[in-house]
This record gives sequence, structure tokens and C-alpha cells, in this order.
Amino acid sequence: MSLAPILRADGLSRHFPVRNAFGWRTGTVRALDGVSFEVFAGEALGIVGESGCGKSTLGKTLVGIHAPAGGRVLFEGTDITGQPASARRGLAAKLQYCYQDPGHSLDPRWTVRRSLMEPLIVHTALTAGEREARIDQIMSQVGLPPTHLDLYPHELSGGQQRRVGLARILMLNPRLVILDEPTSGLDVSVQSSVLKLLRQLQSAFSLTYLFVSHDLTVVRAMCDRIAVMYLGRIVELAATEALFATAKHPYTQSLLAAIPEIGGRRVSDTFALEGDPPDPARPPSGCRFRTRCPRAAAVCAETDPLLRPIAPAQSVACLRV
Amino acid sequence: MPGDNLLEIENLRISFATAAGVAKVLDGVNVAVRPGEIMGLVGESGCGKTTLANAILGITARNALHQSGTISFHGEDLLAMPGRRMQDEIRGRRITFIPQDPIGSFNPLFPIGTQAMEVMKWKSPRRARREGRGAVGLFGRYPRRRRAADATAVAQMLRAVQMPVSGGVLRKLPHEFSGGQRQRLMIALALLPQPQLVIADEPTSALDVTIQAQILKLLKRLAKSSGVAVLFTTHDLGTAYEICDRVTVMYAGQEVETAPVDTFFRRPRHPYTVRLLESLPRRGRELSEIGGEIPQLTRPPVGCRFHPRCARASDACRNARPAIAQLDGAHRVRCYHPFDEVAS
Amino acid sequence: MKALPDMIGRMLRDPSAALGMLIVVLLIAVALLAPLLATHPDAVWNMNPRHRLLPPSEQYYFGTDRMGADIYSRILFGARITLTIASVAVGTALLIGVPIGLVSGWRSNWLGELLMRVSDIFLAVPQIVLAIAIAQTLGPSIENVILALSITYWPWFTRLVHAEVRSLKNEVFIEAASALGVPTWRIVLLHILPNVMSPIIVRASIGMGFTILTASALGFLGLGAPPPAPEWGRMISESREFLPEAWWSALAPGLAIFLVVMGFNLLGDGLRDILDPRIRRARR
Repeated sequence: MSLAPILRADGLSRHFPVRNAFGWRTGTVRALDGVSFEVFAGEALGIVGESGCGKSTLGKTLVGIHAPAGGRVLFEGTDITGQPASARRGLAAKLQYCYQDPGHSLDPRWTVRRSLMEPLIVHTALTAGEREARIDQIMSQVGLPPTHLDLYPHELSGGQQRRVGLARILMLNPRLVILDEPTSGLDVSVQSSVLKLLRQLQSAFSLTYLFVSHDLTVVRAMCDRIAVMYLGRIVELAATEALFATAKHPYTQSLLAAIPEIGGRRVSDTFALEGDPPDPARPPSGCRFRTRCPRAAAVCAETDPLLRPIAPAQSVACLRV
Repeated sequence: MPGDNLLEIENLRISFATAAGVAKVLDGVNVAVRPGEIMGLVGESGCGKTTLANAILGITARNALHQSGTISFHGEDLLAMPGRRMQDEIRGRRITFIPQDPIGSFNPLFPIGTQAMEVMKWKSPRRARREGRGAVGLFGRYPRRRRAADATAVAQMLRAVQMPVSGGVLRKLPHEFSGGQRQRLMIALALLPQPQLVIADEPTSALDVTIQAQILKLLKRLAKSSGVAVLFTTHDLGTAYEICDRVTVMYAGQEVETAPVDTFFRRPRHPYTVRLLESLPRRGRELSEIGGEIPQLTRPPVGCRFHPRCARASDACRNARPAIAQLDGAHRVRCYHPFDEVAS
Repeated sequence: MKALPDMIGRMLRDPSAALGMLIVVLLIAVALLAPLLATHPDAVWNMNPRHRLLPPSEQYYFGTDRMGADIYSRILFGARITLTIASVAVGTALLIGVPIGLVSGWRSNWLGELLMRVSDIFLAVPQIVLAIAIAQTLGPSIENVILALSITYWPWFTRLVHAEVRSLKNEVFIEAASALGVPTWRIVLLHILPNVMSPIIVRASIGMGFTILTASALGFLGLGAPPPAPEWGRMISESREFLPEAWWSALAPGLAIFLVVMGFNLLGDGLRDILDPRIRRARR
């Protein structure tokens, strides 16, 4: 891994207004609140958290689908904060976003061929022949026969649609791909084949992955480092095995304790975290996790902890560590 | 041990007419649930778990073409039971249901207190038969004394599922609760009629993992303390491991293996089960997949439906479905070439 | 759409849609072939007072009117007028309404709101009253009828397109196209527009029926083409004073209007059934 990060987020924030029935603004949801991290070339960084933590918003804000309220995004040294993808031109090709079900990202009225052509037409100046050649090349790399090019998405199986969606992203030879919940809702057997495909593509195209997921077991198998999010903040960032062996933040510990372990202890006997996450429009003062934290103290209500390194490859946002 | 079972499904076959042809969704399924036990029904999409749950409740879709076999509940065949008796005595009363996504199961317009009392009006264990169904089945009587007793029961149950019981809670609308709280409410509503069997259809699939842990803990505790049997369907092996006493695996409309939970996970015998457990992602282990795809139910493979994807398949597998083989203890497999004792 | 023959096949299997299609095809054929099919082509425009108000017979299928013209032939030529008015009016309304709908649906800012309010204003104008006003100022003619109809019909297309674009904007594949860097004009023209074509076609078909009815009403009031143009509405109006004795002179045009409007409505319903659910189902 090279030293300069390929992607850097600096204090990224994104707020959503909360409106009541009349459309008046009654509050703000801080979906992202000062998120900073780096991604290095060739690695797979996992972003995990439960619903409402902001991980999906993070992915979409990085790639320009949402405009941030504050902070910066640097991609390969260039500041791309807030630029919508269509304005990015050359750079957009290198930073791509993959939806949860890539098959759904295809226009149902377009043939596969036309959908695959589109990124090339928009971003490159290749001739028709060169485009065809590239399409054939990518199709074979995702394991689809060329006969599928003239079919419509609904004529393909779910797995094949997914491969087409991934192929479309790969058409422009991206450097970093943000994967948004790629295995969510999938059966176990399908999940493993998707993960295998993602691994293959990573090595074939020298990709860097930002792997957003709520499933820690999947992230553990695929990622080198993991960032844990809670209510719009990163609360812990560490190398994968370090996180699983010695998680420091109480939320991470609860999260790990909640995962069923076949053959091991039963979570339903031992699990201790109570209550629901607080209303994102009205987070607790100080540390957001303090209302459910087993180690909360008076100081936690006063100061909002920042993410700081406590070991060479581990950072935690907690006052009680 | 015949006669021991609370619920016994024997050779259930259900087909549906679809635009693409006749889908043979269930192909001779055998599942049994003992009183007070938590039986897990594990299977991936298309295996027929939901159709099975619907069949037990008697709400199979109308375009069902063919339905044969028996579903014995306390010795009586539910498939042969007249609709009115199913509605009055069984559905929502002796067999209740917890759905996967609680959002759609609540009426968004009425407060949960009203909805809970509506359930109690018709399905309370204290309800006497002579109360009748009222005009058009809509306006039954609700005697004051029973109403008070029911209201107390509702409050008690809400406390048992760890919902706040302050005055305001019963007046809140469903959307004002979180997913986890709604699922607690569904558990409460499912247990209030004091059923003998609860069918939980993937109750934690839509929940975050920390909330899932809370719900599983709650469900397990309540089921054990009230002695209710639970048929728990899921595609997630981890949750099956968590709360089930026994596990049955289904593949494409056929059940393939049934075993007590520890034996099931430690020494699986059916090739599908083995491959399924192997494909769970684990650090340090190569990602393995089961080749091929789930068959189209309009043109299912003959014999054992897993044979096109099975490394151990032989001609016998392609011709006829294997019979139930009773292995040691309570372990049953339907396979001509099950793994040995010392497998994986 | 690649499956045109497939679509037609499905339409034919639905009896009411097949009937609608048949009527519309018949209307178009009649309009095109009127000179060949009419028994008394010259009697359409010329007067023949000796043969006035004759009942239906072998010579005059639907009888004659007060000017002695053959009603059957007049109906056939009237089909041309009807078809012209309806297709030009609906076509113009479509050409105005769809782009406005696309713009206001895609951009939900002040411009979008403004356009919707403008369309609301036009929607509030009663077609017949406007037509009368135009006819008073500019004189009665077919062109003025078309003007009145298209000015008041375009908002229907705008609202339809606006709603569809709004909901399509949230679809994953549209957002994905944005994320891919596809410029807005391409997304709107190549992705959104083809996906809203189905509701537009359905609305256009039903709009034809609606417009024909209104055009006939305007003709009845004397606002359409001046006599002796064989406009169906005007034919009914002219037959009023001779009812109920010369019943055939009102029945024939009345039936014609009824059949044609019903035909377009059935066609529209049939199209709606096969176009939208098929594509919606196919999306999964």
C-alpha cells in the first residue's frame, strides 16, 4: 500500500432537515457529523454500523450524489467536495458507486449492451469498435457470455443482473469503488458467490474498495481495516483482526457481542445492550452513545469525544478507554 | 414417537398456477413440532417456508392448484377443517403468527392500544363461545368484566416484552415506534391469546444486529416460560443456532435434514447443509460457494431437488426422492449419500 | 418497443380492447377511404332539395338530411374532420404539455412550481366557454376549435408527466445514471422520457375520445366548421328541428360519435392494461 491515501474525507458533514406536517423545519438530522478517515490504494476499508448510523449517506456524499454541509473530500489529491458526478468528468470515472443491488441500477428498457455503452459514450471518446471491444472484455471478466448483451435486464436472473451492474461500473476502469451493502438480503449461498466475485474483480482490476455493510461477518472476511459508525460519527477505526480481538469502544464491543457465533456462546443468553438508538434529530449531549453505554460517566455528558489513535493501527472516540 | 407431536405436517404438497406454468412449491414436506419446543425452519429463498407457514394458518393463496397431505394439530387435520372453525378457534388463537416486517402488520391509523384490545375482543383466552360473532361478524359483544381482565393482561404482556407501559404508550400510533419496539409489540400480540403454537416468520431479518439480539433473547425467554411451541423460519443460520431446540432444513420445497441444534451444527449430514455451513464467510478460510442456482419450481429436478448441485449425486438421486432415514437419536436425513459421522 | 406484434396479440385477446382497436382502425380506414366508400360523394357538399329528409333506404343507407344530402356519405367525410380535429388537438397538447411536465417534474424548484401553477390556471378554463370566446373573436372554424381544445388539454399531459417524472427521479437506475456522470439532458431524454411514454400513450388515447366529444359539442353549438361541412356535431344540431319524425338524421351522427368515443376509451383502457403492468412486472 502506498503512503498517500487515494481518498480522504475531512470533517465531512451532511444534515437533513426534519419537517413537520406543514413542511416547517422542526429540527435537523445530522446524518454525518464530522467524519474523517483515509483510504489507501489497494485496500478494502469496511464501514459498518446499524441503521441510522450514516454509512449509506457517507457513501453517497463521497461520490457526489448528496452535497455535504461541511468538510472536504479529496480524491487522489484533488478536492472534489460537493461536485455532482456529472460535473466531474475525468475524475468521475475513477471513483464509482455500486448500489446494493447493481441489477436495479440498470434501465429496464435498455438492453444490456446499451447500458454498458453509456458510460463509455458519456466519458470517453472511443470509437464504436473500441467500445464494443471493451464491452466484450469486461463481460468475459465478470463471467457473462456475449449473448447476454442483447437481452433486457428482466430476462436475466438476479445474479446475472448483478454482474451486469458491476460490469457497467468497471467499464471506466475505476480506481476506487464504494460498495453499498452488496450482500444485504441475499441468501447465504448467493452471498458467498457475490463476495468471491468481488474479490476476483478486486485483483483483476487493482481496485480499492470502500465496503459499506451492516454485516460484520462479511466485512471481516473481505476487509483489511474497519470503521465502526454510530449516529453519524466514526467511533472506532482499526485493522480487522485488531478490532475483533481487542475492540476498545463500548459500542463496538456490544456490536461484536450481538453477533451469533455458531458453535460458540449464545448471544440471546448473554447480550446486555438495552434500549434503542436515540432519535437522530435529538442526539444526547456530549458522547452520543452515553445513554446506552455501560461505562458512561459524568464527563461523557459534557464532552463529545474525538477520534484519536490509541495504537499504531487503532483509533477510538471514547473518553473512558 | 407418534402422537407426541403438537404439530405434524405429513407429505404436504402444494402447487400454484403462475404465469410461467405450474410451480410445485412444496413437494411432500414432513415437519413436526413438539409441545413447548422451538423448531427452526431454515432455508433460502424459494424453499417454501412462507408457503408452509401460510398452509398451517389456512391462508394459502387462492391460486393454489393442488394441495395434498395432512397438517395435524392436536390430532386434527387443519387442511380438512371447515373455514369457520379455523377462523374462530385456530387462527390467531391457538396458532398465532409473527410476521417478518411489523410495519405492514399494523393499521397505521389506529393507536396500538386500540389494536391490542381489538385482538383481545375476538381472540382472548377468556372469550366464551356464546359471545357470538355479532351481525356480519363485525359487532360482537364485549362484556365489561372480560374487557377489564383483558386490559390487565395487555398491560402485563407489554411489561413482559419490555415496552414502557406509561399511560401514553397505548395511545401512540405504530409509526411512532422503532422497528425493534414494533416487533416486541407483535410478540406481545402473538402471545396474548395464549396460543399453543407461534409461527415466527423471519422475525429478526429486518432488524439491526443489536436489536436482533434483544428480540431473540426476549422471544426465547417468553417461549420457554409460557411453554409455547415456536416454529421459527429463517434463512440466517446464526439466529437458528441462537434459539432453536431443533432445526429442519428445506431446499426447493423439500425438507432434507432434521436434527437437534447442537448435532445439526456440529455434525451435519446432508450435503446441502454441509455446503451451506461451509459457505458462511469466515476469516482465514477461502470463500466457498455452492455452484449452480436454485431450481425453477416450474421445472424442478426429478428426485432429490438438490442433485444438480451436489457432488455426491448418483443415479438413485436423479430418479426418486430419498426416503426419511432415521439416524442416531433424533437426527433424520433424506439422502442416499449422507456424510458420515466424522464429517466436516 | 421491440414487442409490438406481441402487444397487438395481447390486445386482441382482451375482448374490450380488441373492440376498441377495431373501432379506431375502422375510423382511420373510413377517414382515409371516404371518397371510395361514399355512395354519393358529391351529395356531401351540394344541395339536393328534392331528396330532403328521406328515410333510410337502399339508396340512402342512413337517409337524407334537410338539404337532401346523403347522411351516410356525410358521416364518412365527417370522420375526416373528426379525426383531424382530435389528432391535431391532442397532438398539440402533447407537444406543449410533455416538455413542460418534464421540466417541472425534474426540477422541483421555483421554475417547476411556476409551471405547475400555470398549468393549473389553464386547467381551470372551461373548454366550451373558451371555444365560444375564440369563435366570437376570430370566427367559427375548425382551426379555432383545435386551438381552444389544445390550449385547455395540455395541462393533463403536464400533470401526468410531472407526477411520473417525480416518482421516476427516485428510482435507483436514475440515481445510478447520475452517479455514473450521465448529464441531465441525457437522463431526461433517454431514460425518463421512454419510461413515461406508456402513460402518455394511454392518456393520449383516452384524450382522443374526450376531445372528439368536446369537438362534437362545439360543433353542435355551431362553433366548428361552417356549413355545409359534414361535422358530426353540427349534423345533430341541424337535425333538431325535424325531430322526432326524421329520427335518422340525428341517430346516425349520434351513433357515430358514441362509437368512436367508446372505441378510443376501450383502446386506452386496453393499452393501460398491457403497457404498464407488463413493464412494472418486468422491472423485477
